Amino acid sequence: MRAGRAALALWSLLVVLFLWIPLAIILVYAFNTSNIQSWPIPGFTLRWFRVAWHDPDVRAALLLSLKCALAATGIALVLGTMAAAAVSRFRFFGREALSFLLVLPIALPGVITGIALSSFYSFWGVQFSFWTIVVGHATFCVVIVYNNAVARMRRTSPSLVEASMDLGADALQTFRWVTLPVLSTALVSGALLAFALSFDEVIVTLFTAGAQNTLPIWILGKIRLGQQLPEVNAVVFVVIALTVIPVVISQRLARESGLLK
Amino acid sequence: MTKHHHRVAGWAAAALAVGALAFVAAGCGGSSNKSSSGTTSASNLPTSIGQGEGKLSLVAWEGYTQPQWVKPFEQQTGCQVTSKYAGSSDEMVTLMRQGGSQYDMVSASGDASLRLIQGKNVQAVNPALIPDFKNFIPALKAPPHNTVDGVHYGISLQWGPNTLLYNTSKVTPAPSSWEAIYDPKYKGQITVPDNPIQIADAALYLSKTQPGLGITDPYELTQKQFDAAVSLMKQQRPLLKKYWALASDEIDLFKNGDAAIGASWPYQTNTLKADKVPVKDMIPTEGATGWADTWMLSSKSKHPNCAYQWMKWVSTPKVQAQQAIYFGETPANTKACPIMDSLSPGSCEQYHANAPASYFDSIKFWKTPSADCGNGKTDCIDYSKWQQAWTEIKG
Amino acid sequence: MAQVVGEAGGRTRAARLRLSAAFWRRPWLRAGSLLVPPAGAYILVYVAALAVLFVSAFWTLNTFTGTIEHTWNLDNFRTLWNDHTYWRIAGRTIGLAAAVTFTDILLAFPLAYFMARLAGPRLRTVMFVMVLLPLWSSYLARIYSWRLILSSDGALNWWLSKLGLPDQHLAYTNWAVWIVFSYIWLPFMILPIYAALERIPPSYVEASADLGARGRTTFRRVILPLALPGVVAGSIFTFSLTLGDYITPILVGNTQFIGNVIYRNVLGLSYNLPFAAAYATVPLAVMAIYLILARRAGAFEAL
Repeated sequence: MRAGRAALALWSLLVVLFLWIPLAIILVYAFNTSNIQSWPIPGFTLRWFRVAWHDPDVRAALLLSLKCALAATGIALVLGTMAAAAVSRFRFFGREALSFLLVLPIALPGVITGIALSSFYSFWGVQFSFWTIVVGHATFCVVIVYNNAVARMRRTSPSLVEASMDLGADALQTFRWVTLPVLSTALVSGALLAFALSFDEVIVTLFTAGAQNTLPIWILGKIRLGQQLPEVNAVVFVVIALTVIPVVISQRLARESGLLK
Repeated sequence: MTKHHHRVAGWAAAALAVGALAFVAAGCGGSSNKSSSGTTSASNLPTSIGQGEGKLSLVAWEGYTQPQWVKPFEQQTGCQVTSKYAGSSDEMVTLMRQGGSQYDMVSASGDASLRLIQGKNVQAVNPALIPDFKNFIPALKAPPHNTVDGVHYGISLQWGPNTLLYNTSKVTPAPSSWEAIYDPKYKGQITVPDNPIQIADAALYLSKTQPGLGITDPYELTQKQFDAAVSLMKQQRPLLKKYWALASDEIDLFKNGDAAIGASWPYQTNTLKADKVPVKDMIPTEGATGWADTWMLSSKSKHPNCAYQWMKWVSTPKVQAQQAIYFGETPANTKACPIMDSLSPGSCEQYHANAPASYFDSIKFWKTPSADCGNGKTDCIDYSKWQQAWTEIKG
Repeated sequence: MAQVVGEAGGRTRAARLRLSAAFWRRPWLRAGSLLVPPAGAYILVYVAALAVLFVSAFWTLNTFTGTIEHTWNLDNFRTLWNDHTYWRIAGRTIGLAAAVTFTDILLAFPLAYFMARLAGPRLRTVMFVMVLLPLWSSYLARIYSWRLILSSDGALNWWLSKLGLPDQHLAYTNWAVWIVFSYIWLPFMILPIYAALERIPPSYVEASADLGARGRTTFRRVILPLALPGVVAGSIFTFSLTLGDYITPILVGNTQFIGNVIYRNVLGLSYNLPFAAAYATVPLAVMAIYLILARRAGAFEAL
């Protein structure tokens, strides 16, 4: 049994290493002196962080990605929680169909969502803009929040709501003081994952964005040029550094509530 | 009704609803391309450049909108530039057709420009508003790929050849013929562009090596000639390391030892040389295909004044010289030559900026293949078949 | 209390109470108002878009004018059926998706098991962060760094030569695409399997031991079946993500996959949406079958 445990631990370590080696390369090559990526790294410099800092395109792209992710996550939270509440508390025809419907955007390849929405927008003459991007992201963000919310609601008793109403609370108060706290950690971790997926999304966004550059589209442009790649690495470096904290916090939250998800 | 009946009725209703939606959509939609407004005829061209609108959105080849000349433009005119890069003329045409008013201008090569003109995706421009227009080489003032019936649909920008790029330390002796990229000697080290128009390069090669086929224009091919070119490309496939789709593909291929020879643009050569990779490019004996680019104005552009400012800016000798040296192409403006030499000695000659007209005529510039063979016959292969063949070639 | 709130506040509160009671007494109203926004949004936007897309598979593109003609025909499907290139591409993609799914299950399961059942709480948090953080770094940048690893003068060959092993030329081959896909989708396989394993109460394992089963038997007959929905859920991700991805093959491969054909026909070569839609029925059909099978295996509870 000990050997089994040790083998599992070793395998886990190797897999984590596998996950992190390309990431480590990105982080290290943010300091590359050369414009082009080659092995081994020719030299180290801090120049690219300065270049990225002063680059207005980077700021615009970062801002747009943040706004899109926030909007998509917001929509996901609202629609996902509503759907979760409907599904876990009521029986109605088409209940399974709703689950299926919400899962479709992540069960079907993103390229299909992309071309479907793209032709749909063109058909209705909708200008490609911030909102066309957000709608594309929201399609797969909703299900992430929905799944977490449903799982949590299944474990809580509906009698909580009844008790609250018995005590004289109206629907809004019940929602705010009873339902929301129970759901909160599930929603937070769902929202965080949804935010991450939207922030980094490129496959659908290429079809639903117009002249706007989200961060991934900006990165793709730089990758096309093949020069100044370390600037991309520098930006990714900063993003990772900034997101370590929220990710760690959300995991501790989940752990404390007894549900590590 | 029983619960089962409820369910069946419900599903039936849902299916009907979705089906109805689809049929309504099918019926309502006319062509999915809204007809363009704002196609200017020669009579209502602007007579002066007005106030800039503050923004300009460009569809460009990689390397055409470098900060070196974009930043001064933004400072001087207040027009903030955003660029969308495209790696092939096909992408540019699609972007302009589907982009609506998203994109103001496109740096179209000759094989895209006529498609855009015919599709009414670009509008006529007034060259009188561009002071440097009179300094352009005669061949690029009103070339057939951007001027139709005397109406100018853009301002010529730069032109250049598709070169043969090779690593001098791995490919010896230096190649002199396109035969090198079809040679099994370099198996697994060759790279060519991921672009259906590459079939024309094969046709150009065959026009010299198999004169019996009778190929005179690599873009006007009969079925027999086309099949021969496609067959050559299919033979080449196992020898290739990669079909490069992005400029950085080829740069990485050469830098990291994956490719030693291939078809290229001067942009890659310059980037690799700047990073001390031992490469050289040349035009082989069979000649080369090439591209002549035009900045065209979208028929739905919302920022035409900034667009004219841009056309004016990139036609000035200094910017022409900067772009020519950066990308490795040849400026349309004859006055750029001395500035090129001052920025990089010998560059004027290196990029043929002062070459005679015969050099220009020797390049087979990209143009969209169509059924019209140009000699009275109409049995040539049109471009949609080139695109289909390309999918087959790539496998 | 009502006096403190004031008369206006009291009236609002009374109105809210009446409204809440009205909702409470009519469950269908509650269900409906919760259901209509999400279901309505999805049907009116997503489903409608899909419907129009697959209807357009029966139309054609006029290559001269670039407009789509609404004449019903089967031309696109006929082209796909007759040209064996598209069969080859579809087969290649589905085969790769299966290979990637299998690889990821192999890589993810032991890790998820370790995290869920063997690691202490602090180690578990650390490992979770290590698994989630890559999702926050750019997908594009991570794929691009694989070019550096796999190229002829890249990191892999550098290490191999140090170990005295021969050079590999994996760059821009299907092997490279397989490796990179397995890498990129790995977190999406780890998370559902972890969730499924974590849900297994320790009492099940104890009961199994009480009934006389040894470790391996417990694993095979108790844990594995309970983890299966998680595995299937993760495989839905890896399968569907691989079926439609077009970026990885462009960056690290040299062959065409279903996603590339669709992409080229929409944004690349021409706006031939009908043809792209026709080809998109292939991944649609594959995923439909997969989802039906997955539902049987109970994966939807594990998502």
